[in-house]
Amino acid sequence: MAESSQDILVMEGISKAFPGVQALDNVSLTLKRGEILCLVGENGAGKSTLMKVLTGVERPDSGRITLDGREIQAKSPQHAQELGISTVYQEINLCTNLSVAENILLGREPHKWSRIDWPAMYDLASDTLRRLLGVEIDVTKPLGSYTVAIQQMVAIARALYIASAKILILDEPTSSLDVTETAQLFKVMKKLKDDGVGIVFITHFIGQVYEISDRITVLRNGKLVGTYETGSITRVGLISNMIGRSLAEFDEMSKTKLESGKHIKSEALLQARGVGLTGSIQPFDLDLHAGEVVGMAGLLGSGRTETAHILFGAEKPDAGSISVNGDVIVDSSPLASIKHGIALCPEDRKAAGIVDELTVRENIVLAMQASKGWLKYLSLPEQYELAEKYIELLNIVTPSADQPVKNLSGGNQQKVILARWLATNPQVLILDEPTRGIDVGAKAEIQKLVLSLAEEGKACIFISSELEEVLRTSHRIVVLREREKVAEFAGEVDEKTIIHAIAGSES
Amino acid sequence: MKKTMKPSFTWRNITESRLFFPLVALSLILLFDFIFIPGFFTIENREGNLHGSLIDIFRNGSTVMLLAIGMTLVIATGGVDLSVGATMAIAASVAGILMNPSALRNEVFFVTDPTYTFQPLGVVIAAALFVAILCGLWNGVLVAYMRIQPMVATLILMISGRGIAQLITNGLRVQITYRPYAYIGQGWIVLPFSLYIVAFVFLVTWLMTRKTAIGMFIESVGINFRSSFFSGIDEKRIKLLVYTFCGFCAGIAGLVASSNIKTSDANNIGLTTELDAILAVVIGGTSMAGGRFSLLASMVGALVMQAITQSMYAIGVPAFALQAIKAVVVILVILLYSEQVRGFVRRISAPKKEV
Repeated sequence: MAESSQDILVMEGISKAFPGVQALDNVSLTLKRGEILCLVGENGAGKSTLMKVLTGVERPDSGRITLDGREIQAKSPQHAQELGISTVYQEINLCTNLSVAENILLGREPHKWSRIDWPAMYDLASDTLRRLLGVEIDVTKPLGSYTVAIQQMVAIARALYIASAKILILDEPTSSLDVTETAQLFKVMKKLKDDGVGIVFITHFIGQVYEISDRITVLRNGKLVGTYETGSITRVGLISNMIGRSLAEFDEMSKTKLESGKHIKSEALLQARGVGLTGSIQPFDLDLHAGEVVGMAGLLGSGRTETAHILFGAEKPDAGSISVNGDVIVDSSPLASIKHGIALCPEDRKAAGIVDELTVRENIVLAMQASKGWLKYLSLPEQYELAEKYIELLNIVTPSADQPVKNLSGGNQQKVILARWLATNPQVLILDEPTRGIDVGAKAEIQKLVLSLAEEGKACIFISSELEEVLRTSHRIVVLREREKVAEFAGEVDEKTIIHAIAGSES
Repeated sequence: MKKTMKPSFTWRNITESRLFFPLVALSLILLFDFIFIPGFFTIENREGNLHGSLIDIFRNGSTVMLLAIGMTLVIATGGVDLSVGATMAIAASVAGILMNPSALRNEVFFVTDPTYTFQPLGVVIAAALFVAILCGLWNGVLVAYMRIQPMVATLILMISGRGIAQLITNGLRVQITYRPYAYIGQGWIVLPFSLYIVAFVFLVTWLMTRKTAIGMFIESVGINFRSSFFSGIDEKRIKLLVYTFCGFCAGIAGLVASSNIKTSDANNIGLTTELDAILAVVIGGTSMAGGRFSLLASMVGALVMQAITQSMYAIGVPAFALQAIKAVVVILVILLYSEQVRGFVRRISAPKKEV
């Protein structure tokens, strides 16, 4: 491979093996000055391992890394930073209770009379933000008072300030951002690109790949599939490259959906009448029928999650009533809902879903055990039987049922949570962003699973930020806007109609 | 299908076991005793009962072991109970006043008759334990329902508890001479009677946590209370339960301790034992952040604490210097336990992989 002076980073023939896995197998990557390179691939493709090798978290077994024409091997993330390689992770590692300025300059505060010179510090911080990122905010306010997108940018500013970075690695920065916030971030990325910084952008959102990147590097199972100019490869081609199979499965899904649509019962399984909570969601009516998937669309903060929480009893509504099969839920709580056959896969998998140190088996039996009460303890063989059943059924990849769930990949953790709820044999299954942050293959599996569950006679609510996904899986779509249910569409609708409903504009 | 339950005794499995490091710590201390203290391992047979330094470790460790049982569960939920020492004192005062109520008439009355008691033993024990349970319930309500941080919530009773204990006995030390009561801490059936109490409480707790779903619920709440809430576990009730149970354990420990010294000394019974109990649990490998717990490992932890004390006395360390020495040993034990050191031990001691 010829090194041109344009190449700021060249990684050649990188291999890395972990016990039992060849995480990287002879992978090469080049990054040019002033370029945004998207690194895509399913979970376990080796994206993070490759970046860990680059930033000194892991040592490669073989291979060569050249930065600016000089061969390097980062010993630690700090060392990598000194070399000019900065990383901003998905979870922001900043102190939300400190001011923006402190976060950017922590450890490098300007001093005067051996005290921190606050005015100078604020000037320096806002100047850094303006100069590097073109962002103007009040740097004296605590970081926590800003949106995740701004926090993300402050993290970038800190990374750029501490070491004048030549390379910036953004590891799924957009996974918790909404559309406008993402646009904001992209603006900053473009500015950095113009300043000559090389950016490696890791994301699961295919749309964003096309929106921002110059080139795309695809990894699969630790091997390099190829690097493409963004304009030269179609979405379908890219996804096929990522998952190594065609998109026929997705087409199949539309058929399954039509097929399963025939089984929808006419009488309502779950009825919500005038259910609402002041300050959370306006009173709404909702009917769910057995065999039906109802999609819920709306922007972040439109009240999707709140609706899910209220239906599940995680938050008590202050108006209206919810009934399952005509049986009104009196004192609403998660336990009462579970007993009535309602299940909720919450949005935030880490904070409200998995219990990370418990094993896969314990995570799966948890909700079922809670609904049975503490006395009717499932014996260990029963627990293993149940766990093994769902591990097989949902195709959960784990060495054993005794593996702590924190060691599993995101997609598999999500499946464990699904298994937890399926074990309670629910009639109504509410899925809040079940496909967030998981790879394309697992997404398809989960969507298929939702449809097959509906076919078995369960009612599902499917909440997702990805409209495409909602359209693909739902028989009916409910649209929320500004904490209010604003529209409901049954049958075939096109994306445009729904986007108009979400945006609240007249078509 | 793979059978995953089969335990295998590989080196790694042994070092990964929760019991491994506490047992190593205990062995090291006993090895020290073996070398430096002649006769430490001698066990005498006096009229069918066994006596000796080793037995003393168990007997004197029984209060900390009892406390550690309750404390393990509290710590597993991510909390801590600082008030167990004070609860011991309260239980002891209740027991004392019910056997010898002379203090209420503001007089120190030395009962000489070993068969005299104001209330029957059953009532005495039941009342003391009932009050201890109330203490635990109070902590539980503050932590679970008022959402006060466990350390602050239990600090309230830790500070006020000894005052309450003194109020009960009208500010006086109550002498306990009733012989059946003395049996709790001083009786001997081949082994000290208090050990049977520890074994019983341990067994019941183990059955309650490992043969019902409570153990799993406690761990789940300790690791991630939000996930637990979304899974339908009543996280508040679990917390209420463990604090109440911890109070109950402290009550029993209070009975054993007061029976041992034949007084209900509100100022000294259980003084700083809360810290010993917490250390016992930590040595037993339960994280202060909550989560996985092992009752057995906590018991070994309690024995480690007691063995240190006993050994120091045996080699003639004066009582006033004991705490300092104890601190040094505890640091060593905790170091032995830290992830870094563990990884180091694993690296140097693991058999070489065949390449």
